[in-house]
Amino acid sequence: MDSLDALVAQVQGFSGTDDLLHLFSLLKQSDELLHNHAPRLQYALSSLDPAKHSLGYLYLLEVQSSGTLSQEQSENFLALASTFLNVCIAEQICLAPEKFNMVCRRVKEQALQLQEPLRAILPLQAAIRKLQPSSEFLTAMHADFLQMCLLAKCYKASLSVLEDDIFEIDQKRTGLVPRDFLLYCYYGGMIHIGLKQFGKALEFFQHAITAPATVLNAITIAAYKKFVLVSLIQLGQVPLFPKYTPPVVQRNLKSCVQDYVDLATSYVTRNIADVKGYITTHEDAFKSDNNLGLARQVIASLYKRNIQRLTQTYLTLSLQDIADNVQLDGPKEAELHILQMIQDGEIFARINQKDGMVSFQEDPEQYNTSAMTMRLNLEIHNIVRLAKKLTSVDEQVSCDQVYLSKIGRDRPRYETEDFDIVPQKMYTNL
Amino acid sequence: MEGGGGETMDEMGGGGGGAGGNRAGGGGGTGAIAEQIDVESYASLYTGHTKVARLHFIADYCNVRSVELEALRMAFEEIKKGENTGLFKECVEKINGRLGPSHTLDQEWIDMVERRAAQRQEKLETELNGYKTNLIKESIRMGYNDLGDFHYGRGDLQHAFKCYVRTRDYCTTSKHIISMCLNVILVSIELGHFVHVSNYVSKADQTPDVQDPVVVAKLKCAAGLAYLESKKYKLAARKFVDTNFELGNNYIDVIAQQDVAVYGGLCALASFDRAELKSKVIDNINFRNFLELMPEVRELIHDFYASRYASCLGYLQKLKPNLLLDIHLYDHVDTLYEQIRHRALIQYTNPFISVDLNTMASAFKTSVAGLEKELAALITENQIQARIDSHNKILYARHADQRNATFQRVLQTGSDLQRETKALLLRANLMRHDFVMKGGPKQQ
Repeated sequence: MDSLDALVAQVQGFSGTDDLLHLFSLLKQSDELLHNHAPRLQYALSSLDPAKHSLGYLYLLEVQSSGTLSQEQSENFLALASTFLNVCIAEQICLAPEKFNMVCRRVKEQALQLQEPLRAILPLQAAIRKLQPSSEFLTAMHADFLQMCLLAKCYKASLSVLEDDIFEIDQKRTGLVPRDFLLYCYYGGMIHIGLKQFGKALEFFQHAITAPATVLNAITIAAYKKFVLVSLIQLGQVPLFPKYTPPVVQRNLKSCVQDYVDLATSYVTRNIADVKGYITTHEDAFKSDNNLGLARQVIASLYKRNIQRLTQTYLTLSLQDIADNVQLDGPKEAELHILQMIQDGEIFARINQKDGMVSFQEDPEQYNTSAMTMRLNLEIHNIVRLAKKLTSVDEQVSCDQVYLSKIGRDRPRYETEDFDIVPQKMYTNL
Repeated sequence: MEGGGGETMDEMGGGGGGAGGNRAGGGGGTGAIAEQIDVESYASLYTGHTKVARLHFIADYCNVRSVELEALRMAFEEIKKGENTGLFKECVEKINGRLGPSHTLDQEWIDMVERRAAQRQEKLETELNGYKTNLIKESIRMGYNDLGDFHYGRGDLQHAFKCYVRTRDYCTTSKHIISMCLNVILVSIELGHFVHVSNYVSKADQTPDVQDPVVVAKLKCAAGLAYLESKKYKLAARKFVDTNFELGNNYIDVIAQQDVAVYGGLCALASFDRAELKSKVIDNINFRNFLELMPEVRELIHDFYASRYASCLGYLQKLKPNLLLDIHLYDHVDTLYEQIRHRALIQYTNPFISVDLNTMASAFKTSVAGLEKELAALITENQIQARIDSHNKILYARHADQRNATFQRVLQTGSDLQRETKALLLRANLMRHDFVMKGGPKQQ
């Protein structure tokens, strides 16, 4: 009992920045101590201020939440953890990222247990921001955070986190595992599907598929299934694996998802009856993957795609012909479809109800407004920034020890040729 | 290939073409104007194995009893002149006694031929072994050659092929090589192994001093046939139109001059553009000689060039039933005809900004609805740049707006580039930190 009090006192005393490392080593050693005094932790916690003594608070929280908790303990823990995550000091917790991750994970688990994923969203978001050295870093909490948003159906809440481009993976600072990355990509893709941003969803799923790997895992397979469906909706076909996909994935992935691949092949024939039939026969397979809704969207997208193809061929077409061409049930249904597409801005057309004719028009976008100029400007700036980043990464790699030692070994020793004296140019008489 | 003459047809020059009677012929019955194939004059264009093969083919596919029987009768006669007992039995089976007692299984003849053949084979083989022990190159070569000829005559094509190929090692002059190649080509065409045909044609081409124009022409024909089989119509057309007219009747154990005209003409129409058609076919004096033998093909090419599409398509329909009976062309007729029709449609719409579909339909002798469907298909494949006004039945040429297209492409490329670069940076980082998903207890 005394040792616990002593520890608390130390935490209080050493939480100034100078002694932080000392405190950290003390805390690491006192793990067992904390476990022994589990019942008294509540009291200890109340005497500490999470905003000042973050590191110690963290350790105590972690121990308190280990093992199964009762309903009341859960609530308690969740409340404490939420405040803690919101107010803790970044530098302090950065010393112990694994513990931090564990606490966050417990938060998620308890929220799930209490069936209130909503409660975990804000704390996890705060946690991400605290642990990230910059917004380009991925943390272990990204995946959990996105999962909570999905379960709570609060897609908008996740946008601020999702929109950050992730470039940096630093295992030491964030305690990350490859699985977290894959889950991040998978959940991120799902959220984008929920927001109907299919293009971004494809990006995320593609990250999951092309991540370096030596074995195939279930997350990649699930991501690929969704990838196939979303790319059918967005692009009309499934793109081939890019060159940099790990060979293990390239060889084995297709055989695990045969249903989806077959669906893709039948989609390309643009025959609605076939696709519909296929989906009904394999309904169970899709349902078990929770992809039935997506599959239905695939059918809707096929109608749209067929109608769009008609705009390429015809200037005017009767509603009856459209219905026949696209295998709809009649001119009325064709009219409804086209109306919807005009409203969504997917085609440009006018319906003449007197004749039952639809006349297709060109995209009125002339690309000559100031808004367009500004958009082009913005894109150019983005790309220049990206290019700068690329050069800086390139420079970093060129200065890297390992790289240089490898290069140095392979290069022959003809160094004089590397110095290109000013090439002799033709001099004019002027 | 001889097309049966219609009323407008006069005498056809070249090997034995005569105007035949008229009858609905053709496996595949197109319902076009009936043209009967005159089996006798057709068969007289050929000799050797191809004659029998073509007669059998006609018998199998022509669906008309009298033609079938006529073909089988001629095949029977021809086979009896040779030594191929296997083919004899086949022919008799097909006849099935319908031609009377004179055309039945003549077991005596079979036995006699078999005996003779066995003797000859033994003799050739012993001779060959003798030559081999003596190691005289020329004799060994001739020995194998003779053995190859023997097997060929017996209808044992596989053995013949092997023997001819073996002579290769003993060839000393380019003449030997040429004759070896030609033999192999002959056997391969009959076997249907057109890959070998192309190989040996190129081998023969590479032989130094190939001067004899007849040989060159033969090789070109063989190459053309090989391309035709592999559906490379443009290359086939080039070979056929380049064939020297001196070929004459020297290759009638494979192909007749009329065939060169037909194959070359059709493939050219299906695959050449206007410039090439004019320079290589219409202005080609050499090929004109071939076309004289098949005036219909000549007329149809000229019609096409002069945009008289209705008449051109009419000639094609007339020729179709007989073409379907040609052993090399029958499975390509539909594709070639389709391609020619498409080319005609595209060529018709090319010079106009707007085209009235009614006029076009009458020019092509088809219905407006059918025409619209065909045009829609061509537009979707991007062969015609136009749009159809289905309400007023007009086709409007459409030229893509370059400026808009460029802007769209630019924006698209920009976003693609950004996406790819970000993915690349991410992956580079993953690999730098060795962030690889490794095997282990499955986590889910």
